Amino acid sequence: MAIKTEPLVVNIGPQHPSTHGVFRMRVTLDGELITDAEMVIGYLHRSMEKLAEERTWTQNIPFTDRMDYLAAMTGNFAYCITVEKLAGIEVPERAEYLRVIFAELQRIASHAMANGTFVNDCGAWQTPLFYMFREREKILDLFEMTCGARLTLNYMRIGGVAFDIPDEFLPQLQLLVDELPDRFDEYDQLLVDNEILLMRSRDIGIISAEDAMNASLSGPMLRGSGVAWDVRKGDPYGVYDRFDFEIPVGHTGDCFDRFMVRMAEVRQSLSIIKQAMEQLPPGNHCAEVPLNFRPPEGEIYCRIESPKGELGYYLISDGSPFPFRFHVRSPSLINLSALKEMVVGQTVADAIVTLGSIDINVGEVDR
Amino acid sequence: MATATRLLSGEDVAKRLEAVPGAVVETAEDWVTLAPEKLVEAARFLHDDRDTDGRFLNGVSGVDRYDYFEVVYHISSLAHNHTLVLKVRADHDEPEVSSVSGVWRGAHLQEREIFDLLGVRFSGHPNLKRMFLWEGFPGHPLRKDFMGLPGGVSPGLKRFPKEDPEQWAGEFRGN
Repeated sequence: MAIKTEPLVVNIGPQHPSTHGVFRMRVTLDGELITDAEMVIGYLHRSMEKLAEERTWTQNIPFTDRMDYLAAMTGNFAYCITVEKLAGIEVPERAEYLRVIFAELQRIASHAMANGTFVNDCGAWQTPLFYMFREREKILDLFEMTCGARLTLNYMRIGGVAFDIPDEFLPQLQLLVDELPDRFDEYDQLLVDNEILLMRSRDIGIISAEDAMNASLSGPMLRGSGVAWDVRKGDPYGVYDRFDFEIPVGHTGDCFDRFMVRMAEVRQSLSIIKQAMEQLPPGNHCAEVPLNFRPPEGEIYCRIESPKGELGYYLISDGSPFPFRFHVRSPSLINLSALKEMVVGQTVADAIVTLGSIDINVGEVDR
Repeated sequence: MATATRLLSGEDVAKRLEAVPGAVVETAEDWVTLAPEKLVEAARFLHDDRDTDGRFLNGVSGVDRYDYFEVVYHISSLAHNHTLVLKVRADHDEPEVSSVSGVWRGAHLQEREIFDLLGVRFSGHPNLKRMFLWEGFPGHPLRKDFMGLPGGVSPGLKRFPKEDPEQWAGEFRGN
C-alpha cells in the first residue's frame, strides 16, 4: 500500500550553489518526486535593454560583457557584428581572425566552466571543477595579456577589435593549444568512464529532438538531442566559412549527451584556433569608424553561436546616435523554456543535475 | 552547408500565407504584418507547412512605436535554412495579442518578458505574469514614456518620447 503524503512546496535557491547564480526554482514535491516546478527569476535584472536606449552604439558594448559574464567575448562579438551589418561596415581581415580566435578561446573557457560545475552538481565535489578552472585560468591570462581584463573584457569594437595582440601572445597560445588536448584526454579518462557520473547523468532530463526544437532550445541543448545545427555552419558569420570543423551531436538528449557535446566542442574549437593561427593575416586591427557614428534607419536581427546557444541581437535604429530598440535573444533564458517538462517526474537530486546540464548564466537570463 | 541563411522576402511570405485568407495586411521588403485575429492560424500554418517548415522560433521581441506596439517574430527552418519575419501590431492603450505559445513552446517565456517590460497582454497564454519585476511594480519600463519610478531616488531617464533625431545633427562627440 502506497503511503499518502501531503504535497510539499520547496524553494531551491535563490541563494544556493547548485542554481549557478541567483536563480530560484519553486518545486512541489510528492515524497521525493517533483510534481510541479516553476522558476522565479529577476533577481539579477539590471534593465539593460532600457539603459541601452540612452547610450550611444559604442557605449553599449560594455553591457554585452555583463550579460553572459562567463562568455564576454561572444557577447561583444554578437553585438558588434549586428551593428556592423546594420551600418554596412567592413571589418579588416586580421580583426575577423582575431575575433574567431578569442571567441573560440572563450567557448573553451565557458565549456570548461559548464562541465566543471555540472560534474560538481553530480557529486564529484570540487576536484574536477578545479582542474577545469586551471585551464580556464590560462585562457583568462591570454585575455589579460591582450586587453587588460579577465572577465568583463570589452575587447571588440564596432569595426574590429580594440587592440592588436602583443608579441608574446601567439607563442603562449601555441603552448596552450598543444597542451589542452592532453588535458582533455585526461578528463575524459577521469570523468567519462566514471561509473558514478554515468549513473547520475544518463537517461536523466531527456528531451527529444522535436521537443527541443519546438521549445527554441539552441546550442549544446539542441545538439545533445541529435539536431546537428550550429550557427557557425548553418549561417556562417565573420570568417567561419573558411574553417573545417565538425558538429558533435548526442543521441538520446539526456544530461550526459549534453556534457559529451561540450567536451567534443572543446576539441573542435581547438582545431578552429589552430587553423585561424595559421591563416592569421597581417594588417589593421580596426576599421575607421566615424566619431559621429549613426547607422541608417532600419532594423536587423543577427545571431552567432555563443557557448550557451544562439545569441541574437534585434536592433532598431532611428538614425540617432542611440539605438531605438536593443533586444537580446538570450540563449540562457530561452533554454529554460523546457525546464518544467524536463524536471517534472524526477527527484530533486536529478533536477539539480538537469539544471546544471542546461548551463544557464543568470546574468544573461535576467539581463 | 556553408551557405548563409536565406531571409525570405515579404512578398514570398505573403504568397505562402495565401492559404490563410485575410492574414496579411501589409507586405514590406523583409517582413509581413499580420492581422492580429489571424496570427495563431497563420503561425500554425507556417509551422506545419512542408515547404516553409517554420518549426524553430528564433525569438519574439516587442517594440514601442509610440502610436502602437509591435510584436516581432523571427521564425526559421533548420532543414531549408531560411528565415522569415512576422509582425503584429497592437493598440497602444489596450495592447493585446494572441499568444503563439501553443504553436511554439519557446514563445512562452519571451511573451511573459514582453508582458512584463512592455505591458502587452497575450490572450491564451497559460501563465501570464510578471517575470523580471515584482507584482505591483508601477508601469512597464521598456515603454518609451516610462520615466523612472515615482518618488524614486533615480532622477529618471533622459530620453523623452518622440525625440527629434535632428537635434543630434550637430557636433556630437561619441564613439
